[in-house]
Amino acid sequence: MEAQSQPAVAMEARGVSKIFRGPEGDFHALDSVSVSIAEGEFFTLLGPSGCGKTTLLRMIAGFEHPSAGQLLLHGEDISDLPPYRRQVNTVFQSYALFPHLSVAENIAFGLRMLGRPNAEVDQTVDRMLKLVKMEPMRNRLTSQISGGQQQRVALARALAPAPKVLLLDEPLSALDLKLRKEMQIELKRLQHETGITFIFVTHDQEEALTMSDRIAVMRDGHVLQIGAPREIYDQPANRFVASFIGETNFLSATSEGIVDGGIRIRIGDTVSVETDLPDGVDPKGDLTVVVRPEHIVLRERGAPDTLSATLTNAVYFGTDTHYHLELASGQHLIARRQNAAGAPERVEIGAAIGVAFAPSAARLLRD
Amino acid sequence: MVRPTSALSSGEITARRTIVRRYWLLCLPALVLLVFAASGPLLIVLAYSFLEPAEYSGVVWSLSGEGWFKVILNRDIFDDTISLADAHMTIFWRSAKLSVLTTLLTLAIGFPTAYFIATRPKTHRQYWLFLITIPFWTNLLIRTYAIMEVIRNEGILNSSLMSLGLIGAPLQILYTDTAVLIGMVYVYLPLMVLPLYAAMERLDFRLVEAGYDLYATRFQVLRRVIVPLVKPGIIAGSILVFIPSLGAYVTPRVLGGGKNMMIGNLIELQFGEGRNWPLGAALSIGLLVTVMAALVFYVRNEQAER
Repeated sequence: MEAQSQPAVAMEARGVSKIFRGPEGDFHALDSVSVSIAEGEFFTLLGPSGCGKTTLLRMIAGFEHPSAGQLLLHGEDISDLPPYRRQVNTVFQSYALFPHLSVAENIAFGLRMLGRPNAEVDQTVDRMLKLVKMEPMRNRLTSQISGGQQQRVALARALAPAPKVLLLDEPLSALDLKLRKEMQIELKRLQHETGITFIFVTHDQEEALTMSDRIAVMRDGHVLQIGAPREIYDQPANRFVASFIGETNFLSATSEGIVDGGIRIRIGDTVSVETDLPDGVDPKGDLTVVVRPEHIVLRERGAPDTLSATLTNAVYFGTDTHYHLELASGQHLIARRQNAAGAPERVEIGAAIGVAFAPSAARLLRD
Repeated sequence: MVRPTSALSSGEITARRTIVRRYWLLCLPALVLLVFAASGPLLIVLAYSFLEPAEYSGVVWSLSGEGWFKVILNRDIFDDTISLADAHMTIFWRSAKLSVLTTLLTLAIGFPTAYFIATRPKTHRQYWLFLITIPFWTNLLIRTYAIMEVIRNEGILNSSLMSLGLIGAPLQILYTDTAVLIGMVYVYLPLMVLPLYAAMERLDFRLVEAGYDLYATRFQVLRRVIVPLVKPGIIAGSILVFIPSLGAYVTPRVLGGGKNMMIGNLIELQFGEGRNWPLGAALSIGLLVTVMAALVFYVRNEQAER
């Protein structure tokens, strides 16, 4: 094995596939997925339901066996180990707390199964209770505490044996919005304090963007893109990633020829910009450009480098306003403008206006 | 504000009385059944246990403690020396032993069976449950004779073992305690499986996964997660098997022959050939009180543990 100067790899999936055989034919839940997660990283598997993210997580935990491929934990192949031989713990979506045990005994469970001495168990349980701020609840039954508290106990229980990797299966989905925001911050704090690698599964793109160091966007058993939140948002690899993460405008474009370091494209009759040519985009075919709503600027009709548009609706969101626009070509766009102090004049619905964006905001897409 | 009762109009009071009377009327059939079919006969049995046996059968209406005396003690016919009733003690011991063993064996067989059924896909479960309940469709006596056919000296078990050359002479199983045990386990197994299944069906198998995830081996998950969670089912099944086992009559009669009696057979003997109704009545009441005391003790213990 070659020496690595980069942070060590905590978890690696190499060409992992999972096929569920059923009476109505086989279902490929995962198709040759390869992911490498660094030690101490907050890594998120993001995708719509049925994309295979939970299957991958359950495979790492040991509840499913890969149909093909390998899973490596700190370089060691764990594909064939039962769940209780893997130094990996899970925070379940339903929490799965033991109803017959107290809060403290739930947290102690893993350590007791590992045969740690009582003094060490007590000490760790105390530390964990303090970490998740649940000390006053230690002797309660899990049915006697609230959903948010159960969530904390589930976290403490999974962290107590100090796993090499902590798996979190949509742990916040059962909480209301306010509690969810609190727990997002809490999770980041816990990860920072424990230094444990987190693998987090969610279908909530906002949650993924705010919490993760890196995100893997998944769909239909494939990983479409892996990258930092900013990379995924600003440089989506294809149409699905662009539309799944945040709000997006798609504009059709035609090529005006390859130029130095990129391609010149024409959008509508009036706009022509230079942009990067990503791998896998055929410059001769139909092109699609993605522009985020916050990068679209409203101008006067007929101003240079603008597309002609009509305002069809304006939706007020408090912090900002969304303007729905219809281009001359019939395509629809959304522009977002912050409602800052001294915000510009109101725009009347039905008004004829011009739409502009910086060349750097436009990005060519693979379909 | 609570309205004082006196403020009720006379009309309201009459209406209420009518409703209460109607409730009593509706309860009447059940009450009649309870008094005449359950408490009544029990009281008669209790009364008989304090009377003297009549010459041939029945009782003489004169008060006597002889029935209860004879449950555990013996008076020598010649010199009136009092000794422990050894025959009765042997029967009590056999009943207790066989009932405990039956409960343990049905639990040992029923637990994996119930677990197996509860982990099948939902659509298959009712099919398996149906198989479990099939024996209920056949008469108990016929099922017991079927067991007899299997274990008797020329039965299927012995003849196949002999033709395989595993044994030279037939094993004497019939008319032993073992035969009674086999029969009782077979007869009472569904009573253990069904409550266990009911408890396991409600078991959240994500908790089992959580156990594995937290380093518990298969055995530890069984002991630390599954068993504590299905405990109500284990208790219900054990009670359902243990109590009828203690009073079993047909199975020991057919498979145990005449000498391997259990309490049920001893009681029957007193009302039949023994012609000692007070002793039979005392044995019946004694069994009832013992079982109830054991049950109360068991349940209290369980509750205290929680």
